[in-house]
Amino acid sequence: MSSSASATSRLSVMSMAASLPSVGGYSSAPSSIYAKRNTTNILERHLNKTRGAEVSVNAFAFLFSEMLQYTQKRVNGIQDLERKLNELGYRVGIRALDLLVWREKNSKRETRVLGMLYFIHTTVWKAMFGKQADSLEKSTENEDEYMISDNDPMVSKFISIPKDVSQLNCGAFMAGIVEAIMDGCQFPSRVTAHTVPIDGFPLRTTILIKLDREVLEREEQLK
Amino acid sequence: MNATHSSSSSGGSGIGSGPLSHGNSPTCYFVMIGTKDNPIYEAELVSVNTARSSSGGATISEAKKEEFRHLNQFIAHSALDMVEDLQWSSNQMYLKVIDKFNERFISAYLTAGNIKLLLLHDAKSEDAIRNFFNDCYELYIKTLLNPFYEPNSIISSAAFDAKVRLSAKRYL
Repeated sequence: MSSSASATSRLSVMSMAASLPSVGGYSSAPSSIYAKRNTTNILERHLNKTRGAEVSVNAFAFLFSEMLQYTQKRVNGIQDLERKLNELGYRVGIRALDLLVWREKNSKRETRVLGMLYFIHTTVWKAMFGKQADSLEKSTENEDEYMISDNDPMVSKFISIPKDVSQLNCGAFMAGIVEAIMDGCQFPSRVTAHTVPIDGFPLRTTILIKLDREVLEREEQLK
Repeated sequence: MNATHSSSSSGGSGIGSGPLSHGNSPTCYFVMIGTKDNPIYEAELVSVNTARSSSGGATISEAKKEEFRHLNQFIAHSALDMVEDLQWSSNQMYLKVIDKFNERFISAYLTAGNIKLLLLHDAKSEDAIRNFFNDCYELYIKTLLNPFYEPNSIISSAAFDAKVRLSAKRYL
């Protein structure tokens, strides 16, 4: 149920172009009655094949709006809706982590928090949205909080939020992606999305990453 | 776990004493372990290029090999502790040889998503094992990208198995 929605979402976010069958197969045997199907095993496709592939923002916005409508019917409450979006983003994030680390040849594993956050801020955002995130900050009040901000998040661009659900933030999807990446690298944390509009950027979203205590203890030991 | 090790080491020293010590098990045991210490894929790979030839010790070695096959899982499991120790001190993915048991070495490779690839083998070149691990990591990512594949679940695809064995034949 929700898995099929996220199945298609994963395809579109990573690369919709790759999911279409290769056109070459059709023209290679003009005499045959049946068009040749593309039956390449996924284990034989090269991982870099869709490296620079882009998906149109219209297609993504359409898909995302469908995801929202789909989850809206199955939840009661804003918290629940944000949690479901978080879960959908989680499924994307797990796959994004391994794939992006692999695509950066000679890449190393991240063992420090700051390195990990920098990786998310630059590489992940660039692969997902075509540009780096706009800022990476450490909270001054709490030791374990970090913030990544995006001035114009693509996920919320075409979503209009009615007054009665004004607390909803569709950035929960991005928060799910970040949470999956942090979890995968063994930095368990709670990740949430908040809207903090500033001049000129009414949709500015901040992703707040609150690290678990064990991560902080480990950071202390590694210093 | 300690009791098992001591009993097998007394048996193992029996194998290790003669000149046929090295030829006893040209098979490598490869296992992929998920984030919850659950094995998601295991394979016993017959390697063609062992370091020394196994001549004359065939009959004895086969019997001994059958006896100790079940130990592979224990050996791999105890090697997980070593992996976790080394995990935070280095940011490399390929952790080379991390443990030794009787005559066999255990090499480890840690992926970005914290999946551990372990290989129990006899003496082999590091480069060969590194290439094999890289191949298996690529195959794992391709499996992971399948939206129907639940992360941390068992990989039962026959195509995956065939590719791993092919890669083992090429590198090991």
